[in-house]
Amino acid sequence: MDNFVASFKQNFIEENRWQYLVNGLGTTLFITFFAVLLGMILGFLVAIVRSTHDKTGKMKALNIICKIYLTVIRGTPVVVQLLIIYFVIFASVPISKNFVAVIAFGINSGAYVAEIVRSGIMSIDNGQLEAGRSLGLNYRQTMISVIIPQAFKNVLPALANECIVLLKETSVAGYIAIQDLTKGGDIIRSQTFSAFMPLISVAVIYLIMVMILTRLVSKLERRLSASDRR
Amino acid sequence: MIDVRGLTKAFGDNEVLKGIDEHISKGEKVVIVGPSGSGKSTFLRCLNLMEIPTSGEIIFEGSEITGASEHEINMIRRRMGMVFQHFNLFPHLTIQKNITLAPVKLKLMSQEEADKRAMELLERVGLPDKAQSYPSMLSGGQKQRIAIARSLAMNPDVMLFDEPTSALDPEMVGEVLELMKQLANDGMTMIVVTHEMGFAREVASRVLFMADGYVLEQNTPEKFFANPENPRLKEFLSKIL
Repeated sequence: MDNFVASFKQNFIEENRWQYLVNGLGTTLFITFFAVLLGMILGFLVAIVRSTHDKTGKMKALNIICKIYLTVIRGTPVVVQLLIIYFVIFASVPISKNFVAVIAFGINSGAYVAEIVRSGIMSIDNGQLEAGRSLGLNYRQTMISVIIPQAFKNVLPALANECIVLLKETSVAGYIAIQDLTKGGDIIRSQTFSAFMPLISVAVIYLIMVMILTRLVSKLERRLSASDRR
Repeated sequence: MIDVRGLTKAFGDNEVLKGIDEHISKGEKVVIVGPSGSGKSTFLRCLNLMEIPTSGEIIFEGSEITGASEHEINMIRRRMGMVFQHFNLFPHLTIQKNITLAPVKLKLMSQEEADKRAMELLERVGLPDKAQSYPSMLSGGQKQRIAIARSLAMNPDVMLFDEPTSALDPEMVGEVLELMKQLANDGMTMIVVTHEMGFAREVASRVLFMADGYVLEQNTPEKFFANPENPRLKEFLSKIL
């Protein structure tokens, strides 16, 4: 027990090392939040293009661009994408690393969100589209008021899962020397030469965040299922 | 009101409508019967351009609509209500919102006006206490009555019914047919695809028999059922009556 307390002191109290974790957590949350936002926007746009093409045959050129995007992003590791965006695309641009990480993780997540949302849109019975159109609503209005709200509800668990995956995936941000939560723990480890305490702490913090997110989502799901009650 | 000339529709190689010429006047109640696969539903769905005809003309209130632009199609559909076999209510919206969605989104009414109109329509279909319910809480018959109210909210000139009672449990067919009769008595122009011969006999001003993509026979309901001429119609009636 004394050992444990001593190790705790050494790793977190001495030289205010706890700040590595707190600042790292802040960075991780910042990157995750804005990457999720970007990913959702990108994903919904791509999903709408793809499903509009599947349903009506329009938007041929855009659909091809979207397909290439999905293939490339889902076919390469996120670390490689991060490195390319930082060292190749933004090589000569003076830009905040956190911003680069948001772009990289957002673009990456967008590809997965797109396929989730598309499957949601395609799962809505065509009668819903027909009912909306028969009332004189145009395709866009029917999509926004009728199809997407239902699709969103159906894919909410999958989207939440994607957020959780993304939260954990940002742990590779250290590859471009961002001091996120994982990197923070690792810096403590390199200073104190004790691995157990900082790394387990980092894991526990990730776990707690994931559990909080999971709870929030099940709450939201319960609210959205109001229309399923009999 | 609606003039159909030489209407054909093919899905790939499958020719479903092979040339339909028909005239529907204002206030008429046309009932279309026939074996499944005869093209009845496709014909109905061509009228509001849910299906784009392969060839032929449809003239609605004096203008040809088969070549209409997207925007024109939307304007035409506002004036043609459609009721589906599977109701197709919006499950994520309350009954009131189901009815008010289109008039409000299309800026024909304010939300308040639309809510008021929705209550009137709910009174008319006999479900005023269901305004805040969701579709999943309703029986099939109630859903179809709401679907009819939703169409009526757009104040259409003509109502298209695509087998409105085929998906209902037998004990719920009556309430929907009763509402349709009321609607007919109020002077609504109606085109109804159905298997309910009793309804055809009682309400129709004209009954059409379709088979193999053609209208093979049509007559007033009295003569249609009493003296069928076409052998296919005789066979059809002998099977179902």
